[in-house]
Amino acid sequence: MNALQVKNLSVAYEEKVVLKNVNLAIPVGRLTGIIGPNGAGKSTLIKAILNQLPNKSGAVHILERPLNSKDHTVGYVPQRNAVDWDFPTNALDVVLMGRYGHIGMIKKPSTKDKQIAMDCLKNVGMETFADRSIGQLSGGQQQRVFLARALAQEAEVYFMDEPFVGVDAATERTIIAILKDLKAKGKSVFVVHHDLQTASDYFDWMILLNQTITASGPTELTFTEDNLQEAYGGKLFFMDQAKSNKTFN
Amino acid sequence: MNEFWVLLTGSLVGITCGLTGVFLILRKTAMIADAISHTVLFGIVVAFMITQSLSGYWMLIGAAIAGLLTTFLVQVLQSGGLQEDAAIGVVFTSLFALGVLFITLFAGNVHLDVEHVLMGEIAFVPWDTWDVFGFSMPKAVWMLLFVLLLNVLFLVFFYKEIKLSTFDPVFALSIGLPILAMHYSYMTLVSLTTVAAFDSVGAVLVVAMLIGPAATAYLMSKSVSGMIVWSMTFGVTAAITGYYLAKLWNTSIAGMMAAMIGVIFMLVFLFKPHDGWIWKTFKRMKLQKTNIQANS
Ligand SMILES: Nc1ncnc2c1ncn2[C@@H]1O[C@H](COP(=O)(O)OP(=O)(O)OP(=O)(O)O)[C@@H](O)[C@H]1O
Ligand SMILES: [Mg+2]
Repeated sequence: MNALQVKNLSVAYEEKVVLKNVNLAIPVGRLTGIIGPNGAGKSTLIKAILNQLPNKSGAVHILERPLNSKDHTVGYVPQRNAVDWDFPTNALDVVLMGRYGHIGMIKKPSTKDKQIAMDCLKNVGMETFADRSIGQLSGGQQQRVFLARALAQEAEVYFMDEPFVGVDAATERTIIAILKDLKAKGKSVFVVHHDLQTASDYFDWMILLNQTITASGPTELTFTEDNLQEAYGGKLFFMDQAKSNKTFN
Repeated sequence: MNEFWVLLTGSLVGITCGLTGVFLILRKTAMIADAISHTVLFGIVVAFMITQSLSGYWMLIGAAIAGLLTTFLVQVLQSGGLQEDAAIGVVFTSLFALGVLFITLFAGNVHLDVEHVLMGEIAFVPWDTWDVFGFSMPKAVWMLLFVLLLNVLFLVFFYKEIKLSTFDPVFALSIGLPILAMHYSYMTLVSLTTVAAFDSVGAVLVVAMLIGPAATAYLMSKSVSGMIVWSMTFGVTAAITGYYLAKLWNTSIAGMMAAMIGVIFMLVFLFKPHDGWIWKTFKRMKLQKTNIQANS
């Protein structure tokens, strides 16, 4: 079964075409990296898959079905700067928002929902921050809260937009351990990622993207220098040095 | 007795606007309140032209439609690439001007003067009564109670939905929340609140009541529910203290209430524990002192 299937997807903002004729088929149970330069359309791809863009053509199937927002198969971690962190609420409350899809309209979160939310916070090592205002968390802690919220969704397929931005090495290891754990449980996880150094360690599947799909498939087949050069438009002159030089980003 | 009705009306304005205003602040769309408070005039005039009556129901309906129209037009201009504040500016000035034009053209001889709409007169509230189920209360009190009830019901049913779609609309959409419908429902409530309140305190001061207490509450709240409670408290406090000060100094009641909102905001801004201005300055001075001691 395919976790994600995309057929002839194209997206335009106003006149400008951002994604051209994207075709993808990715089997269930993969930890997939979505890689490409700034402005390649990675966030746009995720938004289009999640049905959030009006100007698109093509078909998207998740677990062989068209996306229906009423079933809870999809979890989502937006880019961290997508929300206002001064909003008056605490960490546990944000994680609880991951339960809203299950709770349904009008009804209130139950004790069980709160328990699940607390467990998810614990999972990301943030249980002592449950009552902390989200504005008083560090960037990495905020990122973990977002991840905990996605875990609380108890979804089958996850989409995460740059969950590693602005987190320290320890947090990055925590997060990747959680993602690998999700994969071990048979979930499918899609992660927008920028660090080419770590990409091949983290992901067993890759989508290389720059307006069109450069390559999509198992990491060992797709994560090649030729493909990367193509996706990054020949801007990766330092690829060889980069492999030995940890400062490359 | 008259004093009681005026106080009650003021307090109801404080509570209702305080409640509604919270999400205006959280959604960073405070200026849309200003727009709606002016464009409801257009709705009321059109309602009057159609029904030839000044009854409260038609006013509420006309205002709700005008509020929705404002929200809709702002949305359209925004998705056409205009910035939100520019979109609001364009929409509200044109609808307001159209409202004023219609009044002078078609309703010149009726009691619908612009000054009353803008400034209101809370002191006259007790004499304009409605009988409902044999109960006689001022019209303003009835309308405010009705709108307060709508606001409370909306929050009882959709509290977590409006909270999530305010905090993280993209995520809300991804779990299937109808965020656009929430937006329009909420803006309808803002319009209804505006029209129910402006008959007594006037359109301009409605804006003060919608934004001031909620903005003050925002300074000192750690949760949305806490913010709602504080906002309503500040609204009522401003109304009551404003009334008595106006009586004491024999000045405009609505004006004094608005002034009190400003006073409360300043007090909280200055004296709020931990990160109020005074507290911060004090801490900074203490820190400097220890630094100097450490350095010497
Ligand atoms: N709302 C929008 N309106 C118009 N153009 C947009 C919009 N959002 C994105 N774009 C454009 O679409 C292109 C792809 O954007 P997208 O955010 O998908 O890139 P990305 O791959 O996620 O980049 P990054 O690595 O910087 O996050 C960019 O050229 C961007 O300028
Ligand atoms: Mg992006």
